[in-house]
Amino acid sequence: MNPDPKKSKVLPSNLPNSNGSSHPHSLFPDEVLEKVLSLIDSHKDRNSVSLVCKDWYNAERWTRSNLFIGNCYSVSPEIVARRFAKIKSVRLKGKPRFSDFNMLPRDWGANVHSWLVMFAKAYPFLEELRLKRMTVSDESMELLAKSFPQFRALSLSSCDGFTDDGLKAITTHCGNLTELDIQDSVTVDVGGGWLSCFPENFSSLEILNFSSLNSEVSFEALEKLVSRCRSLRVLKVNENITLDQLQRLLVHAPLLTELSTGSFLQELTPRQYEDIESAFGNSKNLQVLSGLWDATSFYLPVLYGACSGLTFLNLSDAVLQSGELAKLLAHCPNLRRLWVIDTVEDKGLEAVGSSCPLLEELRVFPVDPYDLDHRHGVTEMGFLAVSRGCRKLRYVLYFCRRMTNAAVVTIVQNCPDFTHFRLCIMNPRQPDFLTNEPMDEAFGAVAKNCTKLRRLSVSGLLTDTTFEYIGKYAKNLETLSVAFAGSSDRGMQCVLEGCPKLRKLEIRDCPFGNAALLSGLKKYEMMRSLWMSACNLTMKGCRLLAREMPRLNVEVIKDDGSDEIQADKVYVYRSVAGPRQDAPSVVLTL
Amino acid sequence: MEGMIMAHESDLNLKATELRLGLPGTDECEEMVSAAKNNKRASPESVEECGSKGTCAAKSSEHETAPAPKAQIVGWPPVRSYRKNNLQPKKTESESGIYVKVSMDGAPYLRKIDLKVYNGYPELLKALETMFKLTIGEYSEREGYKGSEYAPAYEDKDGDLMLVGDVPWDMFMSSCKRLRIMKGSEARGLGGAL
Repeated sequence: MNPDPKKSKVLPSNLPNSNGSSHPHSLFPDEVLEKVLSLIDSHKDRNSVSLVCKDWYNAERWTRSNLFIGNCYSVSPEIVARRFAKIKSVRLKGKPRFSDFNMLPRDWGANVHSWLVMFAKAYPFLEELRLKRMTVSDESMELLAKSFPQFRALSLSSCDGFTDDGLKAITTHCGNLTELDIQDSVTVDVGGGWLSCFPENFSSLEILNFSSLNSEVSFEALEKLVSRCRSLRVLKVNENITLDQLQRLLVHAPLLTELSTGSFLQELTPRQYEDIESAFGNSKNLQVLSGLWDATSFYLPVLYGACSGLTFLNLSDAVLQSGELAKLLAHCPNLRRLWVIDTVEDKGLEAVGSSCPLLEELRVFPVDPYDLDHRHGVTEMGFLAVSRGCRKLRYVLYFCRRMTNAAVVTIVQNCPDFTHFRLCIMNPRQPDFLTNEPMDEAFGAVAKNCTKLRRLSVSGLLTDTTFEYIGKYAKNLETLSVAFAGSSDRGMQCVLEGCPKLRKLEIRDCPFGNAALLSGLKKYEMMRSLWMSACNLTMKGCRLLAREMPRLNVEVIKDDGSDEIQADKVYVYRSVAGPRQDAPSVVLTL
Repeated sequence: MEGMIMAHESDLNLKATELRLGLPGTDECEEMVSAAKNNKRASPESVEECGSKGTCAAKSSEHETAPAPKAQIVGWPPVRSYRKNNLQPKKTESESGIYVKVSMDGAPYLRKIDLKVYNGYPELLKALETMFKLTIGEYSEREGYKGSEYAPAYEDKDGDLMLVGDVPWDMFMSSCKRLRIMKGSEARGLGGAL
């Protein structure tokens, strides 16, 4: 054992070790350490650095400028302010993912306000704020707009709680704004007045995304804004912008790299058609294209001139048939990412397989998720066709009405590099379409073949065997989503025991009970969170977990009409901040 | 709902003892029963919990024989709600309908209709028949609207007079500038042209 562990850790091993020196810092000054550490960006690396020794912990906390908090309740604003001194950009995530599917009460929490109050005091030089699944009130937006003179970038992904007034505060006061991105954040009646509040001389915008807002903005204001922001590279407008309006915007911004169009259905004169066609033809830098609401075969050809450089084509708002997709894809040889709606059917996916050899990511969304007759959409054949032509596939999200074990086995043989495999057979507990057996072998093959697998969503009829496979083979798995699956506690236990890198586990409608929950006692502190709803958990089991593991927050959300025994929705997460103070009455912290 | 509570606390094989109508051996795990059967636990919209074997422990008798309308499960399939809203057909709330004038040979004044309101040719023709109190008859590619007193025609973007029905509905919607209901005798010349 080295008598002076601090010295041996701080000094590089090839420097002469002056025996008996009692001033290790004179050989390796803090400033040097801080300089070196300031070059490290990854928060995971920084977290490791901070564990080496006290000196490194301090050097790291003085130099960290990007703050990432994956669960806003895992730590408190006060603790953060005490530890870090110079934060310039913040990424903060709030609600559990199932809130996207209306499974959380409205006022569940994840309000950013207390964080902003702390940031205003501790980090007045804050430049960037990126929030996901958090509630942001107008009051918070005003505080944000007025507290940070160097503020540049605001990104709100799946957030809610704000109106036009909040956005107006941002556009009025943030004179250095380079990014305003309200992706996926839908707030009813936001209003479109905010866009008109950018000052006349404001020209720094590089990224503007309001594609998910329902309201109408003033086109005149938008056109002026686009023409004076010479560095604009990302423009994502909403559905209310028409094709000929889009043409005028494109003329002002030929250097765009990412574009989301407005509505693609409009009666155009031949002259207008030519104009929009040439505008797209001149957009030589386009890499990302989305929007295209109501696009039909008549108007899609105007895009062709811009397609050769496209790497990401998001058609998840365009209801296309197979032929329309095939024709479009013929112009997009460089596609790496493609999102489509299942109206393109298997035939459309065959075109994907044959036209997009470089494809790495495919997402297929259902046009009508609640169509329980299951006559349309995509099947295992489409997925197979893609896997044959796109060997580099690593990310798939596939909503389908039927699937077979054999198909999935072949797919992962064709594409062993999957890092994200999210298969949603939309009818719960549906067996293999041909053999009527459980889909265990399919997901077993995924776990076995795809050694780089980090994220997995399973579906269909599944027994505990699936989870035995996952526990045995999916050694890199970080996120697992399970619904309507499993036969007993053993399933969940296999996963908890077998997947060393598991961070997020979300489970709904599975027969896992208290024994399964409690088998992961030690594990949950190494994970970000666990969600279990409509399983076999009772309040007794949850209380036991809470008692045994004081550094976990065990929250139970009571549904109407449920009794005192069942624990309907359970959310468990590690926290150094203790139980949260802002839980609504339906959320019980045990 | 005894069955549900017991399923949570033990491994009883409830399936063997449950009462149900229907042939033995039918296993209906896909059928999601409406939560009216299970008011102890579930909210009206959420799905019924299934027992330890992954099978439905309690079923409504109506679901045994006929394929019952399945209850919608909260949060399933896991599709984001804003995305669902975007994909609903937007026939009624369009910012600008596609309004075209409709004239009928011999009528003193014109009418105006919004093409966006119709799903396809059959609906459009029915509406025209109702509006002008006439019959238009059946469309065939070879012979147009043979045998009818009137035939629907339209003026397209290029100014040409075309027979309604020849092109796909979408293309018609985007190229139709005005409609004209012609006397059948005059329309015959159009019908044969391909």
